[in-house]
This record gives sequence, structure tokens and C-alpha cells, in this order.
Amino acid sequence: MLDQVIFYFFAAIAVVSAVLTVTRRNAVHSAIFLITALLATAGIFLQLRAEFLFIVQIILYVGGIMVLFVFVIMLVNLDVAVRQMQFARQKWVALLISLALAAQVGLMLWSSRNMPGQGVPVLSAVPADKLPPNSEEVAKSLFSSYLLPFEIASVLLLVAMIGAVVMAKKRT
Amino acid sequence: MLPIGHYLFLGLALFIIGAIGVVTRRNVIVILMSIELILNAVNINLVAFSRLYGDVAGQVFALFIIADAAAEAAVGLGIIIAFFRNRETVLEDEMDLLKW
Repeated sequence: MLDQVIFYFFAAIAVVSAVLTVTRRNAVHSAIFLITALLATAGIFLQLRAEFLFIVQIILYVGGIMVLFVFVIMLVNLDVAVRQMQFARQKWVALLISLALAAQVGLMLWSSRNMPGQGVPVLSAVPADKLPPNSEEVAKSLFSSYLLPFEIASVLLLVAMIGAVVMAKKRT
Repeated sequence: MLPIGHYLFLGLALFIIGAIGVVTRRNVIVILMSIELILNAVNINLVAFSRLYGDVAGQVFALFIIADAAAEAAVGLGIIIAFFRNRETVLEDEMDLLKW
């Protein structure tokens, strides 16, 4: 019961602030609503007992990436941009994309209705008090099975760092 | 945990909202933010399945996606700054140098 209340609370916040993110005219307002959506997603992670990801989401997304966004919004002159038209005329493309995605999920639900367990497949997950400590499990998996992807990710971050510096550097 | 469908529908909703933002907005910064929303929707699905099957691999992949999102945001915002310095605009339909 408590699980449901928490899930619906965070899910409602996430969806509403996501809608506001893509509809606000001012990019700063969009950024603030995006921060709210990301925090609500962090709450969903906690409800799923992924404590490590919950912390990473808050520190890295909200504390790192969003600060970067706000800095760039400040650097880029917004007063001109706000007064211009904010939406491209691509409403039909957007409608088509969302209808296609919704139709896919509808088809999935419809075709799985005769499966055992009817509708969306429901498995019984491990009860929350029987779960192993989350951070330790993530670390074990990250440094044993997924060691190579981990190293590749660090190289990717190095490349991104150098690339960002080169891009933003003033050419003289 | 709730039935997996709840999480899948939340992920779907966030994904669709993000996709609509990518297609309809003109401001490149807001488009990048919508991409972050899409990546987040995928993360919700990964973590929900990881909880369902009791396997942390999903959470490890969510970590990789977060690292990717950080790299993408850094490079994307660098490109936006370079572009703004050259053309004095952040609207995507004025980025038409390769258009014929």
C-alpha cells in the first residue's frame, strides 16, 4: 500500500514536470522543471530499492549535468530567444511518433492477454527485506562481469571532456 | 514492488513526452533537455526489470547510460556554445548550412 502511494506520488510529479519541461517558453523554467522530473525519477529508483542509483542520479544528474545546462543558458543570450517562436511546425510528426509508440505498447498488451499471468507479465520479485545490500552488489557486478564496458565508459568520458574543451575554446 | 506494467507505462509516458519535445521545440538547449528525459525513461525501465528479476545488471547498465548522458551533455553544450559564438542564435531551424 505504501509502495503504491509512493510510486503514484513520484510518477505524477515526474510526468507533470516533464510536460512542463517541454512546454515552457523560457529555457530556465524548462531547466527547473527538468530538475524536478529527475528528482522524482530518483524517488522511483529508491522505491525500486536501487539506493546506489538514487544517489548517483541526484549527485550526477541534478548536481552535475543540470548545473552545466544552467551555466550554458546563462552564457547564451536568452532575451532574444524568448521573444521568438518557440515551437517548430512539426506537430504532426510529434503526433505520429507518440501514436506509433502507444500503438506498439497496445499491441504488446493485446497480444500477451492470453499468456499465463494475463496482460502484463507479473513475476514475484524478491521481497524488499531479503534483498542483498545494493551498492555492494552493483560494485561486484561492475568490477567483475562489466569491467571492460566500465573502462570503455571512462575512455568515453575522457574523449567527451577533451571534445567539450576543444569545442568551447575561443579560436584566436 | 508494483506490477511491472506500472513502471513500463511511466517509462513510456516520459519517453513520449521527451520525443515530442525533441520534434517540436526550436531551442537547441531544450532539445538536449528532452533527450535527457528520454534517457531517464529508459533508466526507469532498466531498473524496474532489474528489480523484477533480482539481477543488478540492469542497474549497472543504467549507470552506463548516466555516464553517456553526462558525456553527451558536455559535448552537446560545447557545440551549442561554439555555434552561438558563430551565428548568434540557438534555434535549430537556423542551423541550415548543410541544407539544400
